[in-house]
Amino acid sequence: MSDLDLLMKAYGEAGGDKAILENNEIAHLVASGHKLLSMKSVEGLEVEARETLSGISVKVTVKEGIKIKNPVHLCFGVLHKKGTQKIKMDVTLEKNSSAHFVAHCIFPEAEKVRHIMDAVVKIGENAEMRYSETHYHGLYGGIEVVPKAVVRIANSGRYFADFTLVDGRVGTLDIDYAVDAGENAVTELTARVFGHASDDIKIKEKVVLSGENARGLIKTRIALEDEASAEVTGITEGNAAGARGHVDCLEIVKDNAVAKAVPIVSVTNPLAKVTHEAAIGSVDKRQLETLMAHGLTPEEAVDVIVRGVLK
Amino acid sequence: MSLLEIKGLTYETGNKEILDDFSLTIEASEVHALLGTNGTGKSTLAYLIVGCEGYRPTSGDIVFDGKVINDLKIHERAKLGITMAWQEPVRFEGISVEDYLTLKSNDAIPSLYLEMAGLPPGLYLHRMVDKSLSGGERKRIELASVLALKPRLAILDEPDSGIDMLSTQDIINVINAFRENGSAVLLITHRKEIALVADRASQICGGRIVCSGNPAKVAEYYETRKCLVCDGEVCAYV
Repeated sequence: MSDLDLLMKAYGEAGGDKAILENNEIAHLVASGHKLLSMKSVEGLEVEARETLSGISVKVTVKEGIKIKNPVHLCFGVLHKKGTQKIKMDVTLEKNSSAHFVAHCIFPEAEKVRHIMDAVVKIGENAEMRYSETHYHGLYGGIEVVPKAVVRIANSGRYFADFTLVDGRVGTLDIDYAVDAGENAVTELTARVFGHASDDIKIKEKVVLSGENARGLIKTRIALEDEASAEVTGITEGNAAGARGHVDCLEIVKDNAVAKAVPIVSVTNPLAKVTHEAAIGSVDKRQLETLMAHGLTPEEAVDVIVRGVLK
Repeated sequence: MSLLEIKGLTYETGNKEILDDFSLTIEASEVHALLGTNGTGKSTLAYLIVGCEGYRPTSGDIVFDGKVINDLKIHERAKLGITMAWQEPVRFEGISVEDYLTLKSNDAIPSLYLEMAGLPPGLYLHRMVDKSLSGGERKRIELASVLALKPRLAILDEPDSGIDMLSTQDIINVINAFRENGSAVLLITHRKEIALVADRASQICGGRIVCSGNPAKVAEYYETRKCLVCDGEVCAYV
């Protein structure tokens, strides 16, 4: 079986649709370790990908005014127990364009694996990018994932990112995203992670609302059990008139897990407003009792609440 | 044998007596209204019957279908058929109305129960049971979910609070639906028109029943602002 077949098999087992590779109307890029395995583009989408000495370098451009109809699938992974994957991404959405990127990051056998993503994203004027990233790290926890992204949104641009890692182990996760939003720009960063055993989660997301009337939301949902730990830092700066930002962090803790939330909000313009809310603790007693009064056992009720929060 | 029999129930917390030798019976399929001013122990009684954590009788017994259930946990009582619609239902992230109405009853038809609670299924089935719902909407969804459970005893804690005046009939319809489904209802309310739906009613004050019987008569007595138990100290009715 080829590496591509193996990766797509793992992708299918993780809930993905393997048929995307055969569909000429769907763009994709597939890489295993530092090998590019498959790539397809569509009209208006330019993809330059190459293998370098230190990893994989990808440059993606959505041309001005082009709206990519189907999601662009990015499938990255390391199939072996040990290995490293370094990806350098440079994504540009030109003026008035839009695209939805769906990233699948699969490391099913990871025992000693590093996955490093370094992304620079430029969203042009009135352009919109949606980025949905789902990870599967297997059951061993032997993985370190370090995604970094610097995003700049021009006036009236929109950027929505969603990171999900709720099945299997996390290993070590160290997210560092920074977004700068121009005038009338909108951004939402959402992360959902379920940590087990000795998983170690660090999430740092920063939104700088530079332009007038820019909007930003950082939403984090974490569930932890066993000895897992998490530290979530949500930073929002309101630096222009009419800027509105909110940081919303919810962490549910079970067993001996440890959670920490650090919301940092600041405004440098009296007409800006930034708010935050953080809730950390065990499952809400009233929620638990309500579900138990519906006939669920305490264990079933906790599972329903946690799955709901991570949905 | 009554479905629910509360015998000499006393409940104290922090040196304060909330219920004092309280006794009440509810028959199968009976709708029993419980009236009383704020702070007289109505919700505490509900928590004791449903089995909320920290609510165990100081003395006396709660007997359901002939069995003392004082030490059973909420889900164990739910399995016997006791459930409750809270006065202020909690919100849940990531749980759709449809999923909420079928949590434990896979054969339930969620749209049917939403309609019974006066909510158009097309507008609500796929919404989340979260902060996006108004208080009144959330309340109706809670009533629909309790209906879907087909309980033997449903405790409805002020089902009419937070509901707009024009929708009172919807709440009355829900209460009647419980009765038609064969469920007994302990109906905690402050509103006469809701209490009149009941088969029997009781007024509570100072942790005791002060008046019991025909709902119209109990409501009339309640409105006379008389209380023979607390002498005005709790409910200010003398």
